[in-house]
Amino acid sequence: MTAVEPLSAPIELSFDYTRSLGTTLSRFMTGLAERRIVGVRTADRRVFVPPVEYDPVTLAQVTDFVDVGDEGVVVSWTWASEPSEGQPLDHPFAWALIRLDGADTCMLHAVDVVKDAMRTGMRVRARWAPQRVGHIKDIECFESAEVANPLLLGRTHKVDDVETVTTPITLRVQHTASRQETSYLLGLADGKLLGQRCPVCEKVYIPPRGACPVDGVPTDEIVELPDRGIVTTFCIVNVPFYGQRITPPYVAAYVLLDGADIAFLHLILDCPADEVRMGMRVEAVWRPREEWEPALHNIDYFRPTGEPDAPYDSFKEHL
Amino acid sequence: MRSVAVVGFAQSPQTRRSDGTTNGVEMLVPIFQEVLGGLGLTKKDIGFWCSGSSDYLAGRAFSFISAIDAIGAVPPINESHVEADAAWAMYEAWCKIQTGEVDTALVYGFGKSSAGDLRRALALQLDPYTVAPLWPDSVAVAGLQARMGIDAGLWTERDMADVAVRSRRDAETNPYAQLSGSKDADELLTEPYLSDPLRKHDCAPITDGASVVVLAAGDRARELVERPAWIAGIDQRVDSANIGARDLTTSASTTAAAAGAGVDGIEVAELHAPFTHQELILRTALGLGDRVRITPSGGALAGNPMFAAGLVRIGEAANQIMSGAAERALAHATSGPALQHNLVCVMEGR
Amino acid sequence: MNDTNRAGKQRAAVLGTGQTHHRAKRPDVSMAGLCREAIDRAMADAKVEWKDIDAVVVGKAPDFFEGVMMPELFLADALGAVGKPLLRVHTAGSVGGSTAIVAASMVQAGIHRRVLAVAWEKQSESNAMWALSIPVPFNMPVNAGAGGYFAPHVRSYIRRSGAPSHIGALVAVKDRLNGAKNPFAHLHQPDITLESVQASKMLWDPIRYDETCPSSDGACAVVIGDEASALSAEHPAWIHATAMRSEPTTYAGRDQVNPQAGRDAAAALWKQAGITNPLEEIDVAEIYVPFSWFEPMWLETLGFMPEGQGWKLTEAGETAIGGKLPVNPSGGVLSSNPIGASGMLRFAEAAMQVMGTAGDHQVQGARTALGHAYGGGAQFFAMWVVGSERQ
Repeated sequence: MTAVEPLSAPIELSFDYTRSLGTTLSRFMTGLAERRIVGVRTADRRVFVPPVEYDPVTLAQVTDFVDVGDEGVVVSWTWASEPSEGQPLDHPFAWALIRLDGADTCMLHAVDVVKDAMRTGMRVRARWAPQRVGHIKDIECFESAEVANPLLLGRTHKVDDVETVTTPITLRVQHTASRQETSYLLGLADGKLLGQRCPVCEKVYIPPRGACPVDGVPTDEIVELPDRGIVTTFCIVNVPFYGQRITPPYVAAYVLLDGADIAFLHLILDCPADEVRMGMRVEAVWRPREEWEPALHNIDYFRPTGEPDAPYDSFKEHL
Repeated sequence: MRSVAVVGFAQSPQTRRSDGTTNGVEMLVPIFQEVLGGLGLTKKDIGFWCSGSSDYLAGRAFSFISAIDAIGAVPPINESHVEADAAWAMYEAWCKIQTGEVDTALVYGFGKSSAGDLRRALALQLDPYTVAPLWPDSVAVAGLQARMGIDAGLWTERDMADVAVRSRRDAETNPYAQLSGSKDADELLTEPYLSDPLRKHDCAPITDGASVVVLAAGDRARELVERPAWIAGIDQRVDSANIGARDLTTSASTTAAAAGAGVDGIEVAELHAPFTHQELILRTALGLGDRVRITPSGGALAGNPMFAAGLVRIGEAANQIMSGAAERALAHATSGPALQHNLVCVMEGR
Repeated sequence: MNDTNRAGKQRAAVLGTGQTHHRAKRPDVSMAGLCREAIDRAMADAKVEWKDIDAVVVGKAPDFFEGVMMPELFLADALGAVGKPLLRVHTAGSVGGSTAIVAASMVQAGIHRRVLAVAWEKQSESNAMWALSIPVPFNMPVNAGAGGYFAPHVRSYIRRSGAPSHIGALVAVKDRLNGAKNPFAHLHQPDITLESVQASKMLWDPIRYDETCPSSDGACAVVIGDEASALSAEHPAWIHATAMRSEPTTYAGRDQVNPQAGRDAAAALWKQAGITNPLEEIDVAEIYVPFSWFEPMWLETLGFMPEGQGWKLTEAGETAIGGKLPVNPSGGVLSSNPIGASGMLRFAEAAMQVMGTAGDHQVQGARTALGHAYGGGAQFFAMWVVGSERQ
């Protein structure tokens, strides 16, 4: 097989997760909305901030809530010279473990200060976000407490209990197709259906994978397949979903191309859904050539050819 | 307890960027062939398969499922998977062999860190309510830990650089290592900080890679290799996730796992330390004296294939036994932020 | 000298089980709270304290559901795992079952005396359909969700077996009526009828809305102990056999209807348990049925009925409580489906049956029970046999 640069494309995994808090964290987040920092006192009289739901020793739920100050001391720090997406500040800042006055444990947060001024042992004070919703980012960051606070913000009025937090999470991953899959995709860009044969079992796979799933070896022998075959089995889709191109109902079917040993999922159109049958002979309907990409959707759908159905026995092993 | 040994180990080259898929098949196929071929075994001879990997690293749910294409799992196999470094998959496999249900196991791990932003993704291991939404990346968390030790007088930036120097020098004779070199500490200390007090050399590189280990019990092990690396003890423990509450300058879970595994008489120890200061913590936690050879492979600092690197430590330590270079070797694996979860495996030649 | 059971393993038993109230959303708890609800119940049922637990094994399906990478790490404190061994299993939908098997193996190997296993999912934090259908580049999205994946194979089963078309609806009615007796089940539908199921919307023909599992938040926990613990426990469920098998999701010639891995796992299981006629010797089965047609399909794969005839047992009403082989008296996956937990729920419900703790859905006189789970594209299988006798 000629060496091909594998195709790759980005995936963005993005969701706004809604997290319900339970009693303890709800108290904490509600407090933040009110510019209060709430911790818990455990059975051994230690004050945990942020609060823990369960006592580290007894494992019972902790119910002794304690307000602590919004000032404290830096116990450790590190310098974020190139902040990245989602971090508290977009200019260089310090991450720090901060032990607030009244607490026995540290909170991890950001400190907005010039690097030269940053040191273990310095006193810092929370800078509250102007709009607060009950989220760790209600504390925008910390700043040096050695500077007088011009605003002298006290507590706000009470807010309704915060029971959930929303956390948007976005990650980007570069997906890479295997060499075998790349070869198949490039074939599609050329209007061809290229399967690959396993050197051991000699089955023809389309789409191919990095290795034959039965023998664990790469399937590098290319086999060009016709763009016709049969429907082995199918379902009629009535459910809308993200990325769906066609309004339901439509048929999603396993299409076994002539010469292939495994079927793949595609769409059956140009046929009433209730007339699709197991064993029905179908042919590909391609998009216009100028729209072709390295992708299976170059085939818009399959449609019945009108030929007699394949007998059940001829494809029952593929179910 | 049944006697169980490591009888085979293979690893892919540790590279900054592989061109394979995130399901690891391309990295796994050659090393499966290498390890099984070297033992004269086929897939039918393996009683249990167990893998370690992460959906988050791969950017796909169920990413480990397609990895079994590298096995050729027909007829069906007795198989499991942990969402953790493959060292923990080996722990599961070792337990399985101990039940007597199987006599052999093949354990593998893989990770394509180059596909995403590893530093950022690892922030998602942190408390999802009070910490992760701030996106403190893995280097920042390690940096907080490093400074605590510096402030407490437990280690210096030079001590940390010395670990990097030694690791890179050792890696020069490791054909699989990604990084190696002969710069001395003075040179390294002139480099800028990555996350003060950590410099680039203090942190493991981004690495794609895979590894595989074969376990066998009793007589089966003796049939397969001349000097099996017998597992004399294996234990793993987890620490509190509360970074603000636990002492980050020690590793209680490592000490507990070491006590469970039994670390007397260790001659060589492969430590899984993705950060230089963490090696210093681990050496103390394990109670390793000055005469113990530390991580002769160069370790994670020379190449850190996520979810395979802990298993690589086990394989490298096993090689020390199987080659006759040592009689008693220790391998350590870590998982989670700031050394939260640790596994210790002690092997001997007998 | 180890006291071993038929398989050569040391004896182990389920000492206690616990589960949450499964709901579409559990907005009243955090993830830790969800796990602890199940764990606290299991430990109370087992009459053990935290100091008695030697190790913790966690099972959960893809981390994308909750947006936390390796959540067992941040949960270590809440799960009582600090200072102890911790393991996290992930074998897709079967994970709850595999987790119980891994925990059992630690005890059967003589490594630990008592192990806590917990499996959970808080999938309302995102959206299960989204997490299962994230588009992969170069793949054409044709279908979405698990139902769309399995519907064509259900059609194949119907064709192969000649099963009449109402079988799926019969299973749905039975499982939901059972679920209505289960205080923990998500769906309580005591008024469901064959007609109402058959009138429900067809989602992926031939699978209808009412024949489909819900999406649930929930957790399940079991405490597994060694022989000495079991002998002093109130109502142990002795683990007679365990089996796990996997195969590739797709390969040329794969039987998608009656997967080889399922058949192999079942054969290994019955052999280990010394069972030669499952239909006669198993008193109750908790089988992973997320789409109702999987009941007749799995009855065949598991060897309860010959190939092509599983539907006859269903049609004859023999899989209802009171029938020859009650299947899913708990209401099954059709009544509650927190994906990571569902497999362990099957295993735990099987144990509850032989422990006599299944309350209103107890099968009278159940002494030997099957717990079964599958995952992915039906390529992971995990199953166990538990019994009230020590064996």
